[in-house]
Amino acid sequence: MTTKFTADHEWIDIEHQDAAVVGITLHAQDALGDVVYVDLPEVGRSYAQGEVAGVVESVKAAADIYMPVNGEVVEVNEALRENPALANSDPMGAGWFFKLKVADTTQFDALMDPPGYDDLLKTL
Amino acid sequence: MSADATPLLHTPLLHTPLHALHLELGAKMVPFAGYAMPVQYPAGILAEHRHCRHEAALFDVSHMGQIQLRGDGAAAALEHLVPQDIIDLAQGKQRYAFFTNAQGGLLDDLMVTRRADHLFLVVNAGCKADDTQHLATNIGHRCTIVPMPEHALLALQGPKAVLALARLNPAVATLSFMTGGDFELAGAHCFVTRSGYTGEDGFEISVPGAQAVALARALLAQPEVKPAGLGARDTLRLEAGLCLYGHDIDTRTSPIEAGLTWAIQKVRRPGGARAGGYPGANVIEGHLTMGVSVKRVGLVGLEKVPVREGTAIVDAHGSPLGRVTSGTLGPTVHEPVAMAYLAVNHAGLQQEVYAEVRGKRLPMRVSPMPFTPHRYHR
Repeated sequence: MTTKFTADHEWIDIEHQDAAVVGITLHAQDALGDVVYVDLPEVGRSYAQGEVAGVVESVKAAADIYMPVNGEVVEVNEALRENPALANSDPMGAGWFFKLKVADTTQFDALMDPPGYDDLLKTL
Repeated sequence: MSADATPLLHTPLLHTPLHALHLELGAKMVPFAGYAMPVQYPAGILAEHRHCRHEAALFDVSHMGQIQLRGDGAAAALEHLVPQDIIDLAQGKQRYAFFTNAQGGLLDDLMVTRRADHLFLVVNAGCKADDTQHLATNIGHRCTIVPMPEHALLALQGPKAVLALARLNPAVATLSFMTGGDFELAGAHCFVTRSGYTGEDGFEISVPGAQAVALARALLAQPEVKPAGLGARDTLRLEAGLCLYGHDIDTRTSPIEAGLTWAIQKVRRPGGARAGGYPGANVIEGHLTMGVSVKRVGLVGLEKVPVREGTAIVDAHGSPLGRVTSGTLGPTVHEPVAMAYLAVNHAGLQQEVYAEVRGKRLPMRVSPMPFTPHRYHR
């Protein structure tokens, strides 16, 4: 299993440790509604786990994107910047936010696996 | 007052007569002014907004307060509380009005229609208890105040609203903007006005609660009509440059600062036959004759970032000029649109100001409102 989830409703796919992919979950996009703007992190900058790495805004609200693990941003999704609705239509795929070089895989290991995240959603 | 303002966790939310229909339609329900209300349906706010601009959207606004003022003295009595011309309002005509306080601020904004034997008021949901009390305390001895909690209120808005509603009763097409009358719709006796709060042509329909679902279903069965929630209602009214009470206007804003001078008829202004005579008239007349130091303006963002309520507006040097009272990315205009109160020397059209968003200064331009042209049927 290479995809894990945070309590803040981000997902991270670590199939490539040098370019792990981060986005928001299906639940997150549903709760936000129509996404109209994203603020993406700076490529080349390192962030600590839990640090604000971006912003996603819907018609109604703005929400911070938190860095799921320590790492350096190596790429951002320019297509998402151009077409923020991708975060709604394909949040786990084409609507990804950024890629990072993971500094600490033990932080990844400690995140929720899919059944764990499903359990969290049931409590909401 | 803080106890009243705090949501009471153990108070169950009120339901409008359409509650079960909203759930059936898949609405996302949110608490609003003590009611469970649909913020959006599965189509989403953007699609609902666009549908209203191009076709026709059905909104449940039954949470709003409907009040009748009865008795010969009702119009004169109401003029004691609002700076509008109510006495000369002809039968079947509707007018935008506001309750003022002693400081010249706004207690609520409302619609007043003169019906054959009474005045029909529609007030904001969050203010209706206070408004009813305000009416009872101040003019309860001069007219009879009849709240209508058993009536639902539906808004059918959009360029094709008239087409859809006329299929239920062709006579509604004879109404023009800001007029109203009694019509039979889907078997119910309704009071219909040609008005709304989206900037589009459309109708607001007061219908007995027991018949509201049948009427809503009859409207939703029309090919032009889809349901829309409070989310789209908010973006539509913002693009239309219309104030939302509690955000763009409140007890601390005078109608002159808010740019609502047009809504005070000449007969109630200084020099008019019935000038003054409402709460705060001295303050409001001062603003009318001497001018104001801040005013409500429209702002359009020059970058794509939404600028929301509460955002500070500054000049090129970072000095504060005012604050945003409503803002979003306009779904029709495809630009960030906002309303803000600015110092008048920075409030001229086309002046460039800056919104402080997450530590960045985003350029915005003072712009005329509405942001999208009104398309009323005059």
